[in-house]
Parts: sequence; structure tokens; C-alpha cells
Amino acid sequence: MQHRPVKLACRGVWKIYGPDPARLLAGGARPDLATIRASHHVGAVRDATLDVGEGEIFVIMGLSGSGKSTLVRCLSRLVEPTAGEILFDGRDLLKASRAEMIAIRRHKMGMVFQHFALLPHLTVLENVAFPLEVQGVARPTREARAREVIALVGLEGREGHYPRQLSGGQQQRVGIARSLAVEPELWFLDEPFSALDPLIRREMQDEFLRVQRLLKKTIVFITHDFDEAIRLADRIAIMKDGALIQIATPEELVLSPADDYVADFTRHVARAKVVTLGRIMTPGPAAEVAGALPAHARVEAVADRIEGSPLPHAVIDEAGRVIGHVGARAVIDVLIGRRIG
Amino acid sequence: MRAGEGIAGAVPRAGLRGSGAWQRGAWLWGGIVAASLALAAWVGPVPVPKALTPDMAGWVSAALRWLVERADLGLFSFKELTRAIAAVIEWPYSLVRAALVDGWVEGRGSRARTILQPLSWIAVIAIVAAMGAYARSWRLGAFVGACFLYLAVFGRWESAMVTLASILIAVPIGVAGGLGLSIAAWLWPRFERALAPILDLMQTVPIFAYLVPILFLFGFGPVAALIATVIYAMPPMVRVTTLALKSVPPELGEFATMAGCTTAQRIRKVLLPAALPDLMVGVNQVIMLSLNMVIIASMIGAGGLGFDVLNALRRLDIGAGIEAGLAITALAIALDRLSQAYAARTADVPMSAGASGGWPRRHPWLSTVALVILGTALMGLVLPPVASYPAEAVITTKAFWGDLVKAINIRYFDDLEAIKTAFLTFVMLPVKRFLLALPWPWVLAVAAFAGWRLGGAPLAATGAALGAFVLATGLWEQAMTTVYLCGVAVVIAAFIGIPLGILAAANDTAGRVIGGIIDTLQTLPSFVYLIPVVMLFRVGDFAALIAVVLFALAPAVRYTAHGLRSVPPEMIEAGIVCGCTPRQVLTRIRLPLALPEILLGLNQTIMLALSMLVITALVGTRDLGQEVYIALTRADTGAGVIAGLGVAAIAIIADRLIAAGAAHARARLGLQRGTP
Ligand SMILES: Nc1ncnc2c1ncn2[C@@H]1O[C@H](COP(=O)(O)OP(=O)(O)O)[C@@H](O)[C@H]1O
Ligand SMILES: [Mg+2]
Repeated sequence: MQHRPVKLACRGVWKIYGPDPARLLAGGARPDLATIRASHHVGAVRDATLDVGEGEIFVIMGLSGSGKSTLVRCLSRLVEPTAGEILFDGRDLLKASRAEMIAIRRHKMGMVFQHFALLPHLTVLENVAFPLEVQGVARPTREARAREVIALVGLEGREGHYPRQLSGGQQQRVGIARSLAVEPELWFLDEPFSALDPLIRREMQDEFLRVQRLLKKTIVFITHDFDEAIRLADRIAIMKDGALIQIATPEELVLSPADDYVADFTRHVARAKVVTLGRIMTPGPAAEVAGALPAHARVEAVADRIEGSPLPHAVIDEAGRVIGHVGARAVIDVLIGRRIG
Repeated sequence: MRAGEGIAGAVPRAGLRGSGAWQRGAWLWGGIVAASLALAAWVGPVPVPKALTPDMAGWVSAALRWLVERADLGLFSFKELTRAIAAVIEWPYSLVRAALVDGWVEGRGSRARTILQPLSWIAVIAIVAAMGAYARSWRLGAFVGACFLYLAVFGRWESAMVTLASILIAVPIGVAGGLGLSIAAWLWPRFERALAPILDLMQTVPIFAYLVPILFLFGFGPVAALIATVIYAMPPMVRVTTLALKSVPPELGEFATMAGCTTAQRIRKVLLPAALPDLMVGVNQVIMLSLNMVIIASMIGAGGLGFDVLNALRRLDIGAGIEAGLAITALAIALDRLSQAYAARTADVPMSAGASGGWPRRHPWLSTVALVILGTALMGLVLPPVASYPAEAVITTKAFWGDLVKAINIRYFDDLEAIKTAFLTFVMLPVKRFLLALPWPWVLAVAAFAGWRLGGAPLAATGAALGAFVLATGLWEQAMTTVYLCGVAVVIAAFIGIPLGILAAANDTAGRVIGGIIDTLQTLPSFVYLIPVVMLFRVGDFAALIAVVLFALAPAVRYTAHGLRSVPPEMIEAGIVCGCTPRQVLTRIRLPLALPEILLGLNQTIMLALSMLVITALVGTRDLGQEVYIALTRADTGAGVIAGLGVAAIAIIADRLIAAGAAHARARLGLQRGTP
């Protein structure tokens, strides 16, 4: 999964709040947490470097106050970083003029907010059409497009409702539809489901995955919920005190956490949810197989099938070549938590 | 307070420390009061040296004269500017006035011929009733219609329409100006910083003081009155709007950026609509303040209901005064309920998406009203009673009110007189003598010291500087009279208002009743308060005091009730679990926690008291307000402005000291501020 072209990257991005942030970073200095605190500054983002591949769901995970929102706002330049570069399709966003930024945001970026940020005086239809309205798209065109995305998120029939007449989950569906109305290439979601009830949250996660399978956007998704991160992410970046601690696939995070802080999150995660067949297969073809399964399938999803068959299954890569095989024993090892890898 | 009792037992150390600080504070201030008494008794007033009272009034007068006679702003002179402003306001005003009062007339004098009658009284009532029904319910429509019908039946229609015409012009200008200023403040923080002190000053300078320079610049007449009204009613709109724009959730602003809004789009399409419910509250305030000011501005030629009251007060025509006062009350209540209903409507029901069909079907309200206007206009041509309310059908209650008040005065003369005399002898005069006997250096020192205790060196400097300004006006005695009247009124208002607030918070029914009364009292223009007190107590300090107390009561009640209600329920539960009696819950938990809020209420009470005091100059007080009033009648600009600034200085000192005290109390309790 690592051979996607890079869509969005940030290099050495800092965001420091306080009386004189520039001085702390003068001459390319890289102050540590203690230095920043001692000078009465807040290091909201410290030296963040990451790449997001095209079509990837990149999740940034961390506790409240760890700097996730600030980082994603640096990526969209809602917040001006103190230092660093943000490369969007290889071009530094921080060098873009005001007018260029407006154009980029109008056509290439969409964002979903934790508290929905819907306009209270507009109907669902008008809210979703709003980003097109400010671009000056004619009413019939923008409303037709808005109806499309409203249907995509399953809100047909509610076009005439006002936000306050909708449940939290429905409001966030509007938020999602609105952010997709301009067909953005980059999709930012800042804790979109955190304000929702757990059951609704799960439903929205499924919905989100369904929409993404259709649209294949490049996504930066913020959450403080590790389970959510694991369910959705292609890759996860763990953040703490403004710094990125580890960037890895859910599987790598769980199997080899970079430090105790990350290990604390991963300890209670059921392995079967993250471990893929590629990880537990025996390389090479088997003599006789019951069927073929993709290497990136997670154990949880295919366990029943493998266990229920007396024969092993072949494991194939994305090109359909057989790269190994896996039997019931290996799956059971994962399920009961025996050491693997 | 003994520690170990009730809830204090649970936190003995905090209780002890708290009471220790209290005790020290009490000793300190007790000592200061004792020293003041001693100084008043044995030293007495110290004359203010001539060198300390420069002729500031003369400077202001000269400056204004220079502005009017000489000042050249490059392309045009200042005089041309004021003329232009007057013309811009004059034009729409005469249009609205024609529609409501005068009609359109061709020719002059005896050859005048009416081309078009003004709107029929039936049409106006239909319009306001339809507005009420549209904004809330048929009940409100009927109520507002009845209020206006009252104006017609009791013969106040023309005056009321003159007043209404002024309001219809002043409110849009005030709202638009307020919006413009606060959007500018939102765009440019530097502009906001410059604006803040000006707004502070505008809200503390008493109303009459506005009138003096405006009278000088714009002359006597409705336009000058309108300008004064706009200037007076705009600052609250600026404040409300600034606050409303700031309290739009930050995510909405971020969304606007992400949607690629330009600055203009962001303001027009996101911020203002999202802030609309709050803005409507501001509009309501502008309407009520405009009404208040339009009434007072009858002194510089606004005419209308205010003029009726003023006239009646001058002639001591009791019946006419009460009648005009009731008419103002009806108008005020109708306007208030109507604009509140609109505010609530924008918060609840967003503008309904357009129904389909032709114009009349899409706008049922407008088309009905248009029909009524047209119908009454046509009928008015043949049926005079439709065009204007028939004089024969006017009911006058003048005689009734006159007789009633006379009867009260005859029947209760001794009682009323006894109350008045007792109060004057035992409370008011001693306080007045005490304050007037204080040497001014000591007063300044105490003001500075209080500032230092509550807010450190900056506040001490503010207190001393403003006190010195008051001294420099050369009106020290009048200023101390103002302090005395205001002080006594505030203490009485607190003694009445705080218990009422406690009652309102304790009992829902009482809360509703008290809230209703207080709300109604607050909608009344300050002028109206003078009428009953003059009827019962004639002129003088006591009459003034009663009017001030009534006018300034509302915030003491409202903030107390709000403060008590917003004490966190866990704290009360904790108290009950500790075995507090209901009384102890009130005195040990709720009142101490509500203290900062109560202080803020008192602060508002002081501000209202000062603004009312100036108006009571009409009933013969001898304070700074009287100076302003005299200056107004003599058109002595400088003297009026300086005396007005003197009142403002007193108001600002009180405001800063109490705000600092409340902040202190809040910090000690670790509380956050909410709004009542
Ligand atoms: N405008 C600001 N001024 C000062 N400090 C800020 C500002 N915005 C965020 N911070 C601080 O930066 C840190 C990271 O905040 P945030 O990015 O909102 O965290 P998260 O989204 O992970 O909860 C926090 O300590 C927060 O207090
Ligand atoms: Mg956040």
C-alpha cells in the first residue's frame, strides 16, 4: 500500500503560541518541550513531518490537547505555521497568495468539523450548496449538485429541513455532504464523529468507508479514539504534546509500537482486527488450497472462512499472484493472542 | 462568623481565611468612614482654589464656536457638513411624517390643498396588528392593535405618530450605523481599541449633555432631536453586534475560510446571519432607547408625546401629564413586545422558503395590509372618521386623573408629607450635609485609595484623575450633591431590589410576576417616571429620589435573581447534605456565591440612577444634572458639556471600582461569568 504518489506532505512544521514564537525558532533552532514551556510558549505542533498518499486515509490520533486540530489547520492553512513547509501536489501552500489560497480552498479542499459548523439560517440544501454559491455557481447547477451529494450521504427528503431539526448524526451527514459538494481532492475531517453517540458513531464510520470506496479522496482524519483510527486508517500518526511519535499502519502499530506511550493505546486492541494475512502467511504456494484471499485482508474478516475449511487458503497480492498460504492454525494463534511475527 | 457552623464546618480553613480577609477589610473601611465623619465634623469643607478650576466650559464653547464658524474640512466647511447631515435626515423624516401625520400638501398658507391624506388610523392599527400576528400570534396582534387604539381613543394619536415618525427614522439609522461600526471594529482591531473608550464615555455621559452641543450645532427642531436620538441609541447596538460577531462559533469562521469565502462573503453570508438572533436583541434595545430619547429630545424640538409630558410638567397640569404618560407607556410596551417577538421569531423559525404562486399568494400579509391601506385611503375620501379619528369620540381622562390625584393629595396629604419630611430629616439631609462637609482632598484620596485596593496602581490613577477632573469643573458642591442623591437612591434600590431578587429566585410564580413588572418598568422611558412622583410629592430632592429608585431598581432585582439561580446545584446539594436549613443554604451558600453577580447588578443600578438623576433636574434637584439642564435652557454649550462630563467621570469611577470589586470576588470564589 505504500506506492501511492504523495498528494500532501508537510516538512518540519512548527506551530508555537505565545509572546514571541519566532524567536524560539530563530536560526533553525529546534527547541524541546521543556525549553518551549519554560519561555511561556505552547508548542502546539512541533517539527511535524508526514506524507499523505493519493487516495489514502491518513488518521492523526492523539489525546485531547496533543495538537491534532492545530496540525490539520496548518495543513489547510487555517492556522499559519510558525515554520516549515506544506506541499500540496509538490507546491508549497505557505507561499500561495491570499487569492490563490481562496481558489485552492474553493476547488481542491473540503473540511468537516467536530461541531458540524452548519449555517443555522440555511436549509440542508442551501447549506450543502453554499460552497458552490460563494464561487458564483448558478442556482440550478449548484442545487442539482447539492442534491447529488445529499443523496450520497443518505439524506434524500430532508433537503428543506433546517439544521436544528436534524439529529446530530444527520447534521454531520450534512457537514460531510457540504464538504464534498465541490469535489475536493483533499478531504480534512477534524474529529467528525466525536460529538456523536457511540452507536451512531459506528454507523457513521461505516457510512464514511462506503463513501470513500466510491470517491477515493485523499483524506486526513483526526480522532482521539484509537478504535476509530484502527477501523478507518490506512496509516495512523500518533501525536503527543505536539510531536508525531509514530507513523505506521494499524498492524505495525499494534505489533511493534515505537514506545510505551503507543503501546498503552495498542495493548487492549484485539489483534485479529489489525493483523493481515500477509503478516501471518507461510510464504510460498501450498500443495492444495480451498480458495484465495488477498494479503491485506484482516484476520477478523476472514477467520470464519479459514477455520471452517480443512484445507489452507492461498494468499494473493494486489496483482493476483500467489505469495503464500495460510491455515487455521495461524489464524487461531492470532485469535487467542499467541505471540506472532 | 464562627467557623465550624453549618457548611463552614466542612471547609474550616477556607472559611477562616475568608472571614479574616473580610474582617480586615471591614476594619479598614470602618476606619475610613470614622475618619471621614471626624473630618466632616471638625474640619469641614475646604474651598477649591481658583487655580484648580480653569475655565474649561469657556474652552469648549470657544472650540465649538470655532468649529461652526471657522472650521474648514478641506473641500467643505464644518457648517456645510452639519447642514448636509441635517438635510440627509430631514428628507426621509418629512416623508414618514407626511405619511403618518401631515399628509401631502400643495401650496402654502390659506391656499394649501391636501393632495393625499396621511395613513388612516385604522390602517396604522391594522399594520401593527398584522405585524404582531405575523411575528408571534393573533393574541400579540390584538394586544399591539389595542395599544394603538388606545392612542386614538384617548386623543393622543397625532402626538404619538410624531413620536413614531422619529423612531421610524432613528432606528434604521442607529441599527445600520451600529452594524457598520462594529463590522469595522471586527475587521480592524485597532479601530476597535479606539472605539471602546468612546463608547464607554457615550454610555456614561448623561442624556441632557448630548442635547446641548447638538442644539448648538443643529439648532432647535426635530432633526436635531433625531441626531441626538441616533447618537444615544447607537452605542448599545455597537456593543451587542461586536459581542454577537465574536460569539459566532470559531468553527463557522473556519468553515467560511475553507469554503473560500472572500471577506465580504464571510461577513454577509456567514457571520451576520449566524449572529442574527443576537442582533435582533440589539435592535430591540435601539428601539427602546430611541423612544426614551425621542421623548426627552422634545426639549430640543422633537415634539410628540414627549412635548405633551414636558408641557404638562411645566404647567403642573396633572391630568394631561398622566394621560400623556400613559400614552407613552402604551406605545413603549407595544413597540417592545413587537420587536421582541420579531427577535424570538428569527431565532426560532428561519425565514420560510418561498411558497409558490403569484405575489399576493406568496406574501399574504403584505397584500392584506396593502388592501387595508388602499381601502381606508379611499373610504377616507368620503368618510372623514376613517381618515382621522373623530374628535367627538375622543375620551378624555384629564379631569378624572386630576380629580383622583387631588383626592389622594387631600386625603393623604398629611401622611405623604410626614413620610417625606421624616425621610428628608433623618436620612437625606444628614447624608447630604456629611458629604458636602468633606474636604475635597480627602475625597480624592479615598477615591484613589479604593482604586489602589481593588485594582492596583492603574485604577488608583484613574480614580484620582477622574476625581481631579470633577474638582476642576468648579462644580464640586453640585457633584457631591449628585453623589449624595445617587448614593441614597442606590442604597434604597438595593434594599428593595435584592430581597425582591431573592424572592424571585426562590419561587417560580413570584419570579414570573416580579420579572413581568420589572420588564415593564424597564421599557418605560425615563421621563414617564417623573409624572407620578411629581403628582404625589411635587418638586424637590425627595420626589427626585423616588423617581430615581423606581427607574434604577430593575438591575438590582434581575442580577440578584440571576446570580442566585446560577449557583451550581451541586453546591446547594452539598449544603443540604451537610444539614443546612433553607435559611443557611441561602445565607451561607447561595448569597456568597452570587455576590459578584449582585455587585454587577448594583453597578448597573448606579449607572441607571445617574442617568435618571440628570432628568430629575426637571423637578428641581440642585446637582450636576441641574447644571446641565440650565445650560440646555440657556444653550450654553461649554457649561453643559463640562457638567455632563462631570457626571460621566463619577459614573466611570463607580463603574471601575465596582467592576474591580466583582472581579475580585469572582476570582476568590473561582467563578466564571455568565450573562443574566
Ligand atoms: N489559539 C491558540 N492560542 C494558544 N494556544 C492554543 C491555541 N490553539 C491551540 N492552543 C494550544 O495548543 C495545544 C493543542 O491544541 P489542539 O490542536 O486544539 O489539540 P487537540 O485538537 O489535539 O485537542 C493545546 O495545548 C492548546 O491549548
Ligand atoms: Mg481538537
